[in-house]
Amino acid sequence: MCTTCGCSTGELKIEGESAGPVRRRPMKALDAASVAYHFRKPRQAAGVAPAPDPGQGRLVQIEQDILSKNNLYAAENRRQFAAQQILALNLLSSPGSGKTTLLTATIVALRERISIAVIEGDQQTSNDADRIRATGAAAIQINTGRGCHLDASMIETALARLAPQEKSIVMIENVGNLVCPAGFDLGEAHKVVVLSVTEGEDKPLKYPDMFRAADLMLLNKVDLLPYLQFDVAQCIANARRVNPKIQILQLSASTGDGMNQWLAWIDAAFKLATSDRH
Amino acid sequence: MHELSLAENIIQIIEAAAVAQQFERVRVVWLEIGCMAGVEPDALRFCFDAAAHGTVAQDARLEIVETSGCGTCLDCGSTHPVSMLLDACPACGSYAVEVVGGKAMRVKELDVV
Repeated sequence: MCTTCGCSTGELKIEGESAGPVRRRPMKALDAASVAYHFRKPRQAAGVAPAPDPGQGRLVQIEQDILSKNNLYAAENRRQFAAQQILALNLLSSPGSGKTTLLTATIVALRERISIAVIEGDQQTSNDADRIRATGAAAIQINTGRGCHLDASMIETALARLAPQEKSIVMIENVGNLVCPAGFDLGEAHKVVVLSVTEGEDKPLKYPDMFRAADLMLLNKVDLLPYLQFDVAQCIANARRVNPKIQILQLSASTGDGMNQWLAWIDAAFKLATSDRH
Repeated sequence: MHELSLAENIIQIIEAAAVAQQFERVRVVWLEIGCMAGVEPDALRFCFDAAAHGTVAQDARLEIVETSGCGTCLDCGSTHPVSMLLDACPACGSYAVEVVGGKAMRVKELDVV
């Protein structure tokens, strides 16, 4: 099992599936291309059969990235997003940072002018997708079972069912976890990490891979600062120490403080995604 | 990082290679893991043994070649070895260090019969 969080696989469910775990779709052309590209000839001269002696081994060169399959799916997702001029954001945080509240507030603020569809990742329940659907936005829930992160093939399957509109936004709310989701490219334009002020300002130092992977950090629940001993300047310094290029916005999704900066950031990214450069 | 997922990906790569290269058993697996890849080698060994059970790689020896990290300071421009994300630039003390090497995670080679 995963020594970080004890997760496993085999219980994956994506809404719309019949009962039972999801069978991943075979990669077809992508797999064939990958195999043809990556597997080179063994070290023996080409055409020479391996030695018949079973004790006599041979060396097979592989030279393949361990996450190459995920990365192929991610590249395909990214190609699809670009073709449809969709801005895809991957929201990451620990559980309870306010991601779903942030998403519902964002959808309500933007729904008059931009269509937003949401892919929700949680180990169990469709509670978060239900909250998103209550805003009128399309949402699909992925239950990872014991799995601790979303991967690019889950997103590919979810996108086929969600069928997002052209020139829209797809928000992916990853499983609440500051470790494992950092390493899996989903094909998104940006990883956005949400940190709430109730969590402690040293989280970027404790979980540096996540803050290193993100382009934007949203410091959420700032309305609670008067009740907490949370050093905002130190938190920002910690985030910049692990990721000098990270952008940081402070907001409260529940009171609306600072939401305009976040909406302006989305507008700028959306403009880029829907520009003709693609 | 999620070592079990990585171990399962390694097994998938090996099983695809077993079909393409026609071998039945793997004796040694060589991996290259960069020290900035966010992978815990001991956790990966533990998960590899579990993921390899019942496959062509069952009982295979896992050899992990750890490669060093490399960073470029965004303030002074110097390039230097890094071993963790929190390292400061040894030349100027800045924490604005961009990791430019040591993030690879690759299956390098197999010894098969």
